[in-house]
Amino acid sequence: MSAPAKPTCFQELILTLQDYWAGQGCLILQPFDMEMGAGTFHTATTLRALGPNPWRAAYVQPCRRPSDGRYGENPNRLQHYYQFQAILKPSPPDILERYLGSLDAIGIDTGLHDIRFVEDDWESPTLGAWGLGWEVWCDGMEITQFTYFQQVGGIEVELVAGEITYGLERLAMYLFDKKTVYELPYNRADSEVPLTYGDVFLQNEQEQSAYNFEHADTEMLFRHFADAEKECGRLVEKKLPLPAYEQCIKASHTFNLLDARGVISVTERQSFILRVRELAKACCEAWLMTQKEAA
Amino acid sequence: MAELLLELLSEEIPARMQTRASDDLKRLVGDGLKAAGLSFTDARTFATPRRLALVVEGLPAAREDVSEERRGPRVGALDQAVQGFLKGAGLSSLDQAEKRDTGKGEFWFAVVTKKGGPTADALPAIIDAAMKALPWPKSMKWGSGTMLWVRPLQSIVALFDGKALAGEVAPGGAMKPIAFGDTTRGHRFLSKGDFKVADFADYAAKLRAAHVVLDPAERKKIILAGAQELAADAQVALKADEGLLDEVAGLVEWPVPLIGTIDAQFMDVPPEVLILSMKTHQRYFATTKTDGTLANRFIVVANNAARDGGKVIADGNERVLRARLSDAKFFWDQDRKTTLESRLPALKGIVFHAKLGTQAERVDRIVKLAGEIAKFVPGADLRQVEQAARLAKADLVTGMVGEFPELQGIMGRYYALGEKLPAAVADAIGDHYAPAGPNDRCPDAPVSIAVALADKLDVLTSFWAIGEKPTGSRDPFALRRAALGIIRIVVENRIRLPLGAFFKAVDLMDFFADRLKVQVREKGGRHDVVDAVFAAGGSAGGRSTGGGEDDLIRLLARVDALQAFLGTEAGKNLLTAYGRAANIVRAEEKKDKGLAVKIAGTSDVALLEQAEEKAVVVALAEVERALKPALAAEDFAGAMAAFAGLHAPIDAYFEKVTVNVTDRPDLRLNRLKLLNQIRATMDQVADFSKIEG
Repeated sequence: MSAPAKPTCFQELILTLQDYWAGQGCLILQPFDMEMGAGTFHTATTLRALGPNPWRAAYVQPCRRPSDGRYGENPNRLQHYYQFQAILKPSPPDILERYLGSLDAIGIDTGLHDIRFVEDDWESPTLGAWGLGWEVWCDGMEITQFTYFQQVGGIEVELVAGEITYGLERLAMYLFDKKTVYELPYNRADSEVPLTYGDVFLQNEQEQSAYNFEHADTEMLFRHFADAEKECGRLVEKKLPLPAYEQCIKASHTFNLLDARGVISVTERQSFILRVRELAKACCEAWLMTQKEAA
Repeated sequence: MAELLLELLSEEIPARMQTRASDDLKRLVGDGLKAAGLSFTDARTFATPRRLALVVEGLPAAREDVSEERRGPRVGALDQAVQGFLKGAGLSSLDQAEKRDTGKGEFWFAVVTKKGGPTADALPAIIDAAMKALPWPKSMKWGSGTMLWVRPLQSIVALFDGKALAGEVAPGGAMKPIAFGDTTRGHRFLSKGDFKVADFADYAAKLRAAHVVLDPAERKKIILAGAQELAADAQVALKADEGLLDEVAGLVEWPVPLIGTIDAQFMDVPPEVLILSMKTHQRYFATTKTDGTLANRFIVVANNAARDGGKVIADGNERVLRARLSDAKFFWDQDRKTTLESRLPALKGIVFHAKLGTQAERVDRIVKLAGEIAKFVPGADLRQVEQAARLAKADLVTGMVGEFPELQGIMGRYYALGEKLPAAVADAIGDHYAPAGPNDRCPDAPVSIAVALADKLDVLTSFWAIGEKPTGSRDPFALRRAALGIIRIVVENRIRLPLGAFFKAVDLMDFFADRLKVQVREKGGRHDVVDAVFAAGGSAGGRSTGGGEDDLIRLLARVDALQAFLGTEAGKNLLTAYGRAANIVRAEEKKDKGLAVKIAGTSDVALLEQAEEKAVVVALAEVERALKPALAAEDFAGAMAAFAGLHAPIDAYFEKVTVNVTDRPDLRLNRLKLLNQIRATMDQVADFSKIEG
């Protein structure tokens, strides 16, 4: 039997990773249907990293970082991009070997490339989370973030989850040797309708950058932030951590939008981050309670 | 005699932690062995990105029983003390202890016998304790475990005398214990499967065969030699960087240096930017051309001997570098579209310190200070000084410095040169943070000197004013470095700066004196001499604080002269004479609080009865005559020479004259006055009371 074909386009990269991690016992989940800054915000990571229950999942998550928008003019900075995330809890002893298997699957031959694990400690101030791990380099380029979660929502984890995050566009640019993200083949070159990443997303980058930097109604956003914050607190009290957490995600993204509009001063910034962290903490605590009650 | 071999294999250990961890492992196991009464001849440790290894040689195969006597509490002591003693000695009751009279009372004694036995029996506990005590800067748990280690621990080789020790480490939770064994693994990519090792020599040889160079020093050698060879082949020279070499050696088990090319479009970006970007982001070594300027080749050290000889790896790294340098070039091009002057308003938005306002306010202070300092710096053009001071911090709001904070100053200089500002102004912007340490270059151009001094004086006086003074090892704002920087700039350029004019706080001058003492001492000088000169009155320049010397150049000249004088016979004699005079006055002052006022000034000639008294007065007048012009001319050797004739009359005086004549209070007072006069005359040069005999 011949080895499975290596991906040649963006969507095959995703399909290959999904296939690989499904083979490692991961549920293949779908993106969380709200705007978030990183795949870590998905309940499949943030909340599932807590509590005594084992968990394995992999999914693509669209990430929104309003201030990273460049109107489609920068080769690799985007306000909307994709992460592929695998989370294995508890981390199995051979998790690094499994990760290296995924590189082989997507066509990175370790007999030809230089793979390095370079110290990188991860911290999310808004989620009250931190972990230790590495950025993984391939020939000097960071292709993955690898983190062993130690704390989430200010709570020390019971089982340590290994979190593997691939920045898909950057990885694809490397694999398919493209100078800009917009030139990436989205589907196969021999498809009936071959399209590039730019065909799909360039207009989105242009319009969303304009929205993020120029047109977002800041008064409304401040209101939305306050509403989400209030709603989150109310739902935590009702012992509904999942809906409460969605309000936390909403508050976090709203803060990011306000930040991109440049209407939050340096001192205010810190207090906004703390407010989101308080929400995340409350949701995590409430979630943990429901997990313990169920057990 | 036998050998202990220990290897702790884990997932990748951060490079910066490896050296410290292997030192700690050696110390902890060594201490454990000693505490267990196990002597050894040698212990060595090694670290790679994945393993810490320790070999201890010359251990005995077994230990004798060791008896040790312990003294307990006094007989009849509180029960709590007795119980503590029993527990510590492993006894169940006092029946097992004995009373003994030590001459200082009766005490309980216990004889504790530590059982000997095979060394192999004692080692597992020692290893376990060392691993638990190993202080990683940051550690983590993994899986379902509770054990803390720098990254997940994978296997342990623990061999004594060629045999695996019986023992294990339990990560906790539902995780399998990691048993001590004789099996390890080689390079992550260049070796497959496990292998057994018999002893250290076998271990090191098999690792090498499995593409692991165990010794970091050897990896460094391989990297250096390989990099130099590649550079030489490309007709460039490797730019040495010891820190980077250490780090890179900690990132690879099998170092393979490769050479790459920097794209031509980036070569007009300042070399500091290219070097820093290559180093901090990519861990590449830079190379230079024969004229010392940056060459367009870089060296990357791979952790893999690739099938194609490293072509793909080198190409990949070149691509990554292109992307990195595109960012840098973007900032370089963007930044140059805006003048430094027009960036100044943005400094109002950057808080320097919550209590000290913004960078803009700091700049205002530095401009003012630099202008005042410039008066004391020969050849400093005031307009240029003020311009450089005003623009010195403008690069903090450029894109490049935002990305690379280490380039502050350096970028400002480039941008100033690009704007065709005077070279002296650009250089001053570039140099004003210097010297950053004892080995850093010290500014030597007049404009640079004024701005660099102003920058440091502002830091010192500002933090001093809000009570942020260094304490012990805590010096978060690097005020010691600022003070040392000022001292170096002033001394190396011989700037006649009355520091007292710039300080409000007296203890800040003391802080300076302490830094200066350290410097003088490091150069083999006497710190008490510095104290003596610092305490001496009379500053020719600005407002002096404690009446002390505040011109560092004059101060050091005095220190040199005084130290030389004290080395001569005349100096030693005079110091003794001074001591006698000062002691008598001090003793009398203690008895009579009002005495100091009464004996100020010169003695009354009419009351000089003995020839020896008159001789001292004559000698003092002579000293004064010679001293005044010598001090004015800052001829301190001359000033010291003036003192040379003083000690003989003083000695004669003490021999023949009774100071405390009980029946003649007027005579006594006059004689004390004369002694005080001796003291005052000499104190013009230095406070001799501070000199340690």
